[in-house]
Amino acid sequence: MSSAPSTGPLLSVEHLRTYFYTEAGVARAVDDVSFEIGPGETVGLVGESGCGKSVTALSILRLIASPGRIEPGSRMLFEGRDLLELGERDMRRVRGNRIAMIFQEPMTALNPVFTIGDQIAEVSRIHERATRQAAWKRAVEMLELVGIPAPAERAKEYPHQLSGGMRQRVVIAMALVMKPALVIADEPTTALDVTIQAQILDLLKDLQTRFGTSILLITHDMGVVAETVSRVIVMYGGEIVEQARVDRIFAKPHHPYTEGLLGAMPRVGESRERLQTIPGTVPPPTAWPSGCRFHDRCQYAWDRTAREHPPLYEVESGHLSRCHLAQEPQHRLQPHEPLVAQQGAGS
Amino acid sequence: MFAEAPLPAPAPARRVDRTARVALLVLGVLYAVAFLAPVIAPYSPSQQIDIVAMKNRPPSLAHPFGTDRFSRDVLTRVLYGARLSLSIGTLAVLVAAIVGTAYGLVAASFGGVVDTVLMRLLDAMLAIPRVLLLIAILALWNPLPLWMFVVLLGLTGWFDVSRLVRAEALTVREREFVLAAQSLGAGRARIMIRHLLPNVLAPVIVTTTLGIGNVIVLEAALSFIGIGVREPAASWGTMFHEGTEVFAGTWWAALFPGVAIVVTVLCFNIVGDALRAALDPRQLPRAPRALVGTRTAAGTATVQ
Repeated sequence: MSSAPSTGPLLSVEHLRTYFYTEAGVARAVDDVSFEIGPGETVGLVGESGCGKSVTALSILRLIASPGRIEPGSRMLFEGRDLLELGERDMRRVRGNRIAMIFQEPMTALNPVFTIGDQIAEVSRIHERATRQAAWKRAVEMLELVGIPAPAERAKEYPHQLSGGMRQRVVIAMALVMKPALVIADEPTTALDVTIQAQILDLLKDLQTRFGTSILLITHDMGVVAETVSRVIVMYGGEIVEQARVDRIFAKPHHPYTEGLLGAMPRVGESRERLQTIPGTVPPPTAWPSGCRFHDRCQYAWDRTAREHPPLYEVESGHLSRCHLAQEPQHRLQPHEPLVAQQGAGS
Repeated sequence: MFAEAPLPAPAPARRVDRTARVALLVLGVLYAVAFLAPVIAPYSPSQQIDIVAMKNRPPSLAHPFGTDRFSRDVLTRVLYGARLSLSIGTLAVLVAAIVGTAYGLVAASFGGVVDTVLMRLLDAMLAIPRVLLLIAILALWNPLPLWMFVVLLGLTGWFDVSRLVRAEALTVREREFVLAAQSLGAGRARIMIRHLLPNVLAPVIVTTTLGIGNVIVLEAALSFIGIGVREPAASWGTMFHEGTEVFAGTWWAALFPGVAIVVTVLCFNIVGDALRAALDPRQLPRAPRALVGTRTAAGTATVQ
């Protein structure tokens, strides 16, 4: 159990860089990312596919497989220790015990050949060397906790006998067995239909208030963010491009990319013919554009953005944005066709 | 779902299943016979009933399979032969399955350099012809105790299994539940034994079943050329070998052990193929049955 309320963040990621050494070149999937998560806080990590959010999550658990590597100079302070300095044994004691992860696809995140009770029990067998009976009893309690009816019977069922929503509850139960200080939820609702999504999000919130767990919620869905988190980190091109409290992000987004994400989100009470899209796609991580990595898709881009890589400007207290508009806001007044659209028309 | 869609599959599928069931039954009987040989055999396998009067007798009521040139009862020897041939086949394949699975699992779960080295080593071993290697070893160490013969057959037969297991484990390793298990703190050994092993067993079971037949044939072949199981022990191969020496006059001494080999191997192959069809939908030649499978899978997935 975590000790008395300590001051300072629970997890502090500093200059995290995770590169993949592929034959096509070095993919800088996560490139100098720093952020903090406080005790009991829910932070949303948002971005398109390929922006580096899942790699960030796996980096925290140090589950990056070759040819990927967390570069030297990165630091991840968690409960007073740098996770990158732990040996593999100590790191295994952190995984599933102090930091746990919830995966996107509840269909594939469970081993098809074992009962769900068996799989939940495995966690306490790993971390507490619990006896078979004790672990099983705990598994049934966990199933009850995540709202599965008739948990004692359900525990004896196999994953294929359960619906998607049920399976995601099982995955959450597995993550919470050891009452971890931090849960990383990687797109926990993406594979589920909308009504089930809401239930799962409610469950996560409920469990968080009960256990005081911090949650890093990874998603591409701004709707999920609005409902769940207190602070938002927006990632693009392997970097953080904007970071602010959730109300700020929705009321006054600063970075054009965040604007684009919000424009692509349907809102109740607003009748629009079609949703906006952000032109172009995320560039490959082996070749991020020079200057601002978003400049070729940005409708405000000007010559400086293609030349000079922007730092994270503090546009207001606690609100960071990696955009030169912080210094030259007048360019916001002249939106134009982004570079990719112009090139697309030309070719 | 599409209830009116035509599904002509069940009839042929059933017939194959029935054949496999019969084959399985025959194998069950053979194993029972092997186990109970001392109880049901009318004579002792090396008992020479009457070396002068009773040698090379054709099948009769007293000796349904006749007698051989040492006046031993062929039926008795075929029954005891089941004992030897089946246990050699089963045990050798078990050794092969265990060694091959372990090797393939280690290669797949360590990956990288370990995998490369183990696989190149395997390629080198595969380059040596199995029968030739066996003949060389059996000719040099002669006679080899029976258990060593079995281990030898096993140790020269696991290459295919290990390749299969490695290939399968490599795909299982990429499935999300393995990553999920790692994220929950499972170590390499636990991942290998709990998460990879059970998910690669299906193809192992299939090749093992098919392999028993192969090993029985191999044992018969080696015994036939006189370097496998030695007289007076009765394996089907030795009996066949002996029977053919005087084949023209006394066909029964070779025919019955020969038939026993053919029937056994055939049954193992039928059961193995049926298992493959049941366990591995990708290799299924009959598409309609795979359709039935996906329909039920989709059906359960949409419940609730």
